[in-house]
Amino acid sequence: MSDLTSAAVPPLGPEDHRRGGGELLIVYADLGCPHCASAWAEIAAREATVVFRHFPVASKHPRSPALHAAAEAAGLQGRFFEMVDSLYADRSHIDDPHLWQRAERLGLDIERFEDDRRSQAVTTRVRRDFESGIRAGVAQTPAIFPRTGGV
Amino acid sequence: MIAAGEPAPDFTLRNQDGEKISLSDFRGQKVLLIFYPLDFSPVCSDQLSVYQEVKPEIEAKGVTMVGISVDSGFAHKAFQEKLGIDTPLLADFEPKGEVARAYGAYIEKTGHANRSLVLVDEQGTVEWVHESPTPLEIPGANLIFDALDTHGTG
Repeated sequence: MSDLTSAAVPPLGPEDHRRGGGELLIVYADLGCPHCASAWAEIAAREATVVFRHFPVASKHPRSPALHAAAEAAGLQGRFFEMVDSLYADRSHIDDPHLWQRAERLGLDIERFEDDRRSQAVTTRVRRDFESGIRAGVAQTPAIFPRTGGV
Repeated sequence: MIAAGEPAPDFTLRNQDGEKISLSDFRGQKVLLIFYPLDFSPVCSDQLSVYQEVKPEIEAKGVTMVGISVDSGFAHKAFQEKLGIDTPLLADFEPKGEVARAYGAYIEKTGHANRSLVLVDEQGTVEWVHESPTPLEIPGANLIFDALDTHGTG
């Protein structure tokens, strides 16, 4: 099993999902969480490099694992932040048929989207972010870590 | 707050299903007492939810988690269901806060427990204590793993 003892928030890395420019904000967020949705709207309005790290709290938001997997799968086709934006903009319509509709609207290959979102690789990728958040002491969402010096 | 090395005061409280649970029931295994102020307040909800996500890892280290607040068993039942958690919640209800007081975790002014973690070892001795500086600060799950690491478990 993984080591979940304390560790610093990992710095920006090549595998991170990042968007924008300016001050660096590392955000641990749950795609099923209303607080995160509000925060996302505010963050989007800022001039910042946003790094999104997965922090699904499944017991609290049972659909979150599926939403995070959907975002990762969309990311494998180059539409990660578009899917995140979509999920936070409309927090209802999150059943599988709705996810397919969202994926279609983003122009994704649906068969590939389906395979990817159910893959071990995607599960592992989401879990990796989650565990880094646990180690950094993340205990509520969103957890936002500003980093000086920009990118 | 009680300190590491002291004997953990035994107690018997009812859980969310009305069953009597005693600390001595856990003799032979480690138990993590999670004192928290109140069911349904925003900060408590995140704490127990996050711990639920890493409950398998905590249990793999031979530790059982138990939550304790002054709420009644009925509130605890509803709270568990609302959060989708299965950590047992004990009602330190009557006399109010008696167990929290025994551990030095009761805040007289507000009438509820503070936010603290007490790790009790297999022999019933306090092994580790963490008290949040303010009830608003949630102890991350990483602190639990740090404590288990230090004491050579897992």
